[in-house]
Amino acid sequence: MIPPAFDYARPTSLDEAVRTLAEAGEDAKVLAGGQSLLPLLRLRLAFPELVVDVGRIPGLRGVREDGDTLVIGALTTHHEVIQDPLVRRHAGLLAHATETVADPAVRHRGTLGGSLAHADPAGDLPAVVLALEAELVAVGPGGRRTIPAREFFADYLQSTLAPDELLVEIRVPKRDGWGFHYEKFHRVAQSWAMVGVAALVRRDDGHIAEARIALTNMGATPLRAPAAEEALTGAGDAAAVARAAQSAAEGTRPSRDASASPEYRAHLARVLTKRAVLAATGMG
Amino acid sequence: MTHISVTVDGTTYEDEVEPRLLLVHYLRDRLGLTGTPIGCDTSNCGACTVELDGASVKSCTVLAVQADGGEVTTVQGLARDGEWTALQCAFHERHALQCGYCTPGMIMAARDLLRENPHPTSDEVRKGLEGNLCRCTGYQNIVRAVLAVAEGETAPAGQAASAREVTA
Ligand SMILES: Cc1cc2nc3c(=O)[nH]c(=O)nc-3n(C[C@H](O)[C@H](O)[C@H](O)COP(=O)(O)OP(=O)(O)OC[C@H]3O[C@@H](n4cnc5c(N)ncnc54)[C@H](O)[C@@H]3O)c2cc1C
Ligand code: FES
Ligand code: FES
Repeated sequence: MIPPAFDYARPTSLDEAVRTLAEAGEDAKVLAGGQSLLPLLRLRLAFPELVVDVGRIPGLRGVREDGDTLVIGALTTHHEVIQDPLVRRHAGLLAHATETVADPAVRHRGTLGGSLAHADPAGDLPAVVLALEAELVAVGPGGRRTIPAREFFADYLQSTLAPDELLVEIRVPKRDGWGFHYEKFHRVAQSWAMVGVAALVRRDDGHIAEARIALTNMGATPLRAPAAEEALTGAGDAAAVARAAQSAAEGTRPSRDASASPEYRAHLARVLTKRAVLAATGMG
Repeated sequence: MTHISVTVDGTTYEDEVEPRLLLVHYLRDRLGLTGTPIGCDTSNCGACTVELDGASVKSCTVLAVQADGGEVTTVQGLARDGEWTALQCAFHERHALQCGYCTPGMIMAARDLLRENPHPTSDEVRKGLEGNLCRCTGYQNIVRAVLAVAEGETAPAGQAASAREVTA
């Protein structure tokens, strides 16, 4: 289908982009890679009056180090994230999970910032930044602000960004030495996660010293699984991991749709948490 | 209307386009390059895959204005002086198509795959082509064709071009 008509602006600086968004108010939509927005426009599920293409603003793309933190520009594509040596070394979970997003052509255009700002509970990367305890940096008319990942996702397809704010960078604490795995359950190649589990585990002396578990598609936003995290602490073998994973769905409210009931999703969360942690620790 | 300048298959075009115009419609309806088909409404099928600045993209999920200043290669821009590339020959020789609807996208995605990974395993070929759907072949011969190119097993282009004349 053909998208509804809209006006188009392609600002060449961050200042100009923020000004353009502020002047347009609620009727403007940011365009990054377009891999979520264009399908919505084509199906006429969104009707912006103005599309603000931020894709060519310099300085918002690429990865750099800042002490113990990796700074990833919001416009860095999925493809670039997967290839990046700094991401692979210090935030392996992000590279590994990004490889499961869509397909190569979509990954050439789609951006990390777009995936997060889109705030789709079925998207893979929101849970990943939650597990990594990343911080998201936004720029608006009032200047810069830093939002912890756990405060960034407000509701279904809704982030806490204001309409005139741009996500500019994602700051990921380095997790050298932590085991990681993203376990995604889907029925056919290239489809979205029915449920996904991001696991990040620090081991000490053969036991789990610290575990971070984040869940994809177990509610209107990505969620941490604090009960499972606590139960995993101290686990030293596969049987202990399996027992701890039983609490992975506690406190979640997964939805019902054509592919799964809430009960089935809860079952998946438990099974996938076990698989993800076993893979992350090498205990399996 | 927004002014764009795009190079497609080696020719540079200057045009005024509506911002909502999709790249695939620009290629097909404006430039008459109907070798790139549209297969779905959901960005899933990959039939419309072209190269934009050297990387595969789904041209139904890119605005023409986003391609401004860029270089696009479609399946129609691959052959040189009427001679097919090794991938095109391999698809022909290994029966990697039946109805042919998915073929332009498959070939463009396979080019991308081989550029990144010149010697893939058959699993890597399947994974690399996961964004491209084929309703006819069951994929077996598509994978074989791509592997044949990786292994340098395809016939010289001249031979394949004459095969085309025979079948045409
Ligand atoms: C066929 C297909 C399969 C897919 N499969 C998966 C999958 O398995 N897993 C998955 O996680 N995703 C999947 N996706 C989505 C894909 O990852 C998108 O690339 C991503 O969700 C959006 O990134 P984008 O840069 O294309 O954003 P856009 O489409 O440009 O924008 C998405 C939204 O975010 C806003 N936005 C974008 N950038 C910014 C910014 N810097 N600041 C403020 N707001 C911004 C836009 O206004 C819009 O509302 C799939 C997409 C397709 C087409
Ligand atoms: S027509 Fe573009 S992906 Fe199907
Ligand atoms: S040959 Fe018919 S869709 Fe692939």
